[in-house]
Amino acid sequence: MSIDMKQFHQAFFEESFEGLQAMEAALLELDPDAADAETVNTIFRAAHSIKGGAGTFGFSDISTFTHDLETLLDQVRAGQRAPEQALTDLVLRSVDVLREMLECARDGRDDEVASAAGVRAEIQAMLSNEATPVAASETPSEDRAEQVWKIVFAPHRDIMLTGNDPLRILRELARLGETTMEVDDSGLPSYPDVDPEQCYLRWTISLRGNVCENDIQEVFAWVEDECDLTIETQSVAVAAAVESDVDAPVADTPAAAPAKAAPASRPGPANKDGGSIRVATEKIDQLINLVGELVITQSMLEQTARTLDPVSNELLLSGLSELERNTRHLQEAVMSTRMLPVDFVFSRFPRVVRDTATRLGKQVVLETSGEGAELDKGVIEKIVDPLNHIVRNAIDHGIEMPDERQAAGKPAQASIRLSAWHQGGHIAIQVSDDGKGLNRDKILSKARDAGMSLPDNMPDSDVWQLIFAPGLSTAAEVTDISGRGVGMDVVRRNIQSLGGTVDIESHTGVGTKVTIRLPLTLAILDGMSVRVGEEIYILPLNSVVESLQPQQADVKSMAGNARLMHVRGEFLPLLSLRELFGVVGRDLPLEQGIVVIAEADGRQVALIVDELVGQQQVVIKSLERNYRRVSGISGATILGDGRVALILDVGEVIRSRQMAAAA
Amino acid sequence: MNDTQDQTPSVTDDKLAQGEGLRREFLSFRLGGEEYGVDILKVQEIRSYDSVTRLPEAPAYIKGVINLRGTIVPVVDLRLKLKLDQADYDKHTVMIILNVADKVIGMIVDGVSDVLTLAESQIRPPPEFSGVLDTRYITGLGAIDDRMLILVDIECLMSASDMTVLENAA
Repeated sequence: MSIDMKQFHQAFFEESFEGLQAMEAALLELDPDAADAETVNTIFRAAHSIKGGAGTFGFSDISTFTHDLETLLDQVRAGQRAPEQALTDLVLRSVDVLREMLECARDGRDDEVASAAGVRAEIQAMLSNEATPVAASETPSEDRAEQVWKIVFAPHRDIMLTGNDPLRILRELARLGETTMEVDDSGLPSYPDVDPEQCYLRWTISLRGNVCENDIQEVFAWVEDECDLTIETQSVAVAAAVESDVDAPVADTPAAAPAKAAPASRPGPANKDGGSIRVATEKIDQLINLVGELVITQSMLEQTARTLDPVSNELLLSGLSELERNTRHLQEAVMSTRMLPVDFVFSRFPRVVRDTATRLGKQVVLETSGEGAELDKGVIEKIVDPLNHIVRNAIDHGIEMPDERQAAGKPAQASIRLSAWHQGGHIAIQVSDDGKGLNRDKILSKARDAGMSLPDNMPDSDVWQLIFAPGLSTAAEVTDISGRGVGMDVVRRNIQSLGGTVDIESHTGVGTKVTIRLPLTLAILDGMSVRVGEEIYILPLNSVVESLQPQQADVKSMAGNARLMHVRGEFLPLLSLRELFGVVGRDLPLEQGIVVIAEADGRQVALIVDELVGQQQVVIKSLERNYRRVSGISGATILGDGRVALILDVGEVIRSRQMAAAA
Repeated sequence: MNDTQDQTPSVTDDKLAQGEGLRREFLSFRLGGEEYGVDILKVQEIRSYDSVTRLPEAPAYIKGVINLRGTIVPVVDLRLKLKLDQADYDKHTVMIILNVADKVIGMIVDGVSDVLTLAESQIRPPPEFSGVLDTRYITGLGAIDDRMLILVDIECLMSASDMTVLENAA
């Protein structure tokens, strides 16, 4: 048999990485004093399937490494070892090693994972140590070791057709411990009717020994779907009763030994994800593109149909409006396939917070909210690093040492909140801490040291923005976590490249809030279309504040040709979109035009256009794919009539305008 | 001869044509009274002239962008690029859609004539003197009977430093 195993590698890696993530999450959930059996099981199962997969695909170093880890976890699961802090830490580190090993294997690199040998040695050292059994008071470990299991094994009639032999299974079971078997032959027909290829018997087995449920399930693993199986445990104390009366109801067992009655036909963790399939992102993107085309075609049809006589074309028109609705729903559905809950990012932070805080000797608890808010996969992937940086910064710089906190009258345990919520066409992600807040004087003096000339009366919000300047760090000393001052500027740049913004709010002694605002998706935009001469431009709706009919009296000129417009007590720079983009023709007399007030980065500008055309959702197309970046333009889209319209980058228009003014 | 053109003939063509040197196919198009040729393998399709959306801050020879089945494609007016007299667009005006350096570009010309096969022996080296068209972009002159085809290296022309179409394309 020569199956190309390579084709399964991708699935193995994906599953393994997911398994590691599940392990990590479960490890952090694990309470050393009251370990939840299901949580321990989750960790064990993940390690087990990575080991199995690695063995199958010939990644022997991974499977050897996992083997020891699995042995350790098995002891925890069997209650022979308490999941104390040292153990959890070790397993967490093993998860890191495994991740690295898997990455190496995936990328086809041969390099040794440096820490693997060390961690493995630690695991082995721990294994050879005398195991510390779980709280011995209630259930002494000797009792634990020996359990009585009641197994009801009722194979389906056709079990032998699948190549399984019940006898073999029973023999296997007998090897696990002392067994008493009873056979139920009530299903047996009279001799002439017996089909030798059918199985008419069922068994009740009582198994005594140092066996865990998984061992038993493993025996039945191949016939899970071909039989009805019940596995129940009973404590030794009542074992005698069980033996004398096999039908003794399980509920009679004392509550101290939790009776695990599990219909074993479908064990497994699969209840969280309501069934999913893996699809390559390119396929989804292709779908999105196609739907985008469909939307354009549909609006093209709609525009053509507007000229038709509504009476004589009634059927056609109602069909078209149906098409419009279906297209919209289809588009929403397809777009939603690219959307992932923020939890995807948040779920990695318990680990980050735990590690960082432990290393710094700080006590931090992480709270999250709004994990369900969804955003585009592309955005999610790019937001991980910046968020990571902000959180680590908050722990390193923002949060004080426990004694410092107590001296300030705050609880020793600090809290970091990660929250996400929808806000118009945006999603906001906020990292807030209850630390000491940013230090205004320190930032200012650092900035001056770095050669910036700054006024003393700078507003706080502007001072906070300084921490995004390259090369500025307020950490007293450089740690390996943060303080090198190469981070926050990268954070801001990354977020801006996603079309997002970062705001900081900070109060001395109270804490700091960093809020990131991001567009929900990179592919679609709610736009307002405006006409200038023959050209149509799209203004992103979320940057449009209002539009109004200007009065000559509202327009003031400044220093000759710069014009300002007086709107509700504020003077806004007045720009002609026609001049800005060099559109042929002259602006209409001011009173006949329309002024759109647009906003970006907290600054507003008034733009003169000829006409407002309407609002529509547009699919963003890249100009750079075949051309290049054009300043003031963020992309292009295709209008209902098939023409191309350019999408304005309001932020850049404002910035370039400021630069021109500064020059 | 330029690298990109060396790759164009396939190996089999190579062998077949050994007797009389390489044979290559060119799409010929007109600009004013002159006839030009462009490597057929760079041509994706030919379309009639459609209205374009103007781009701000673009040089005059970049007419704007069009929607080519959902892709935004910049369009270059070759007359303006080569500093020839400007011609009005008429029903013969066409756009040659080219695949150049992994990008798609439209090129407006007065009209296309036909596809010509030239043997190596029919291609003369470009003249030394510099005329209207910078000789860097000319890979040779093709002679077919009494016609002369100016063979342009479209990749080179479109990626030239003064050509902002293919910024950072190299």
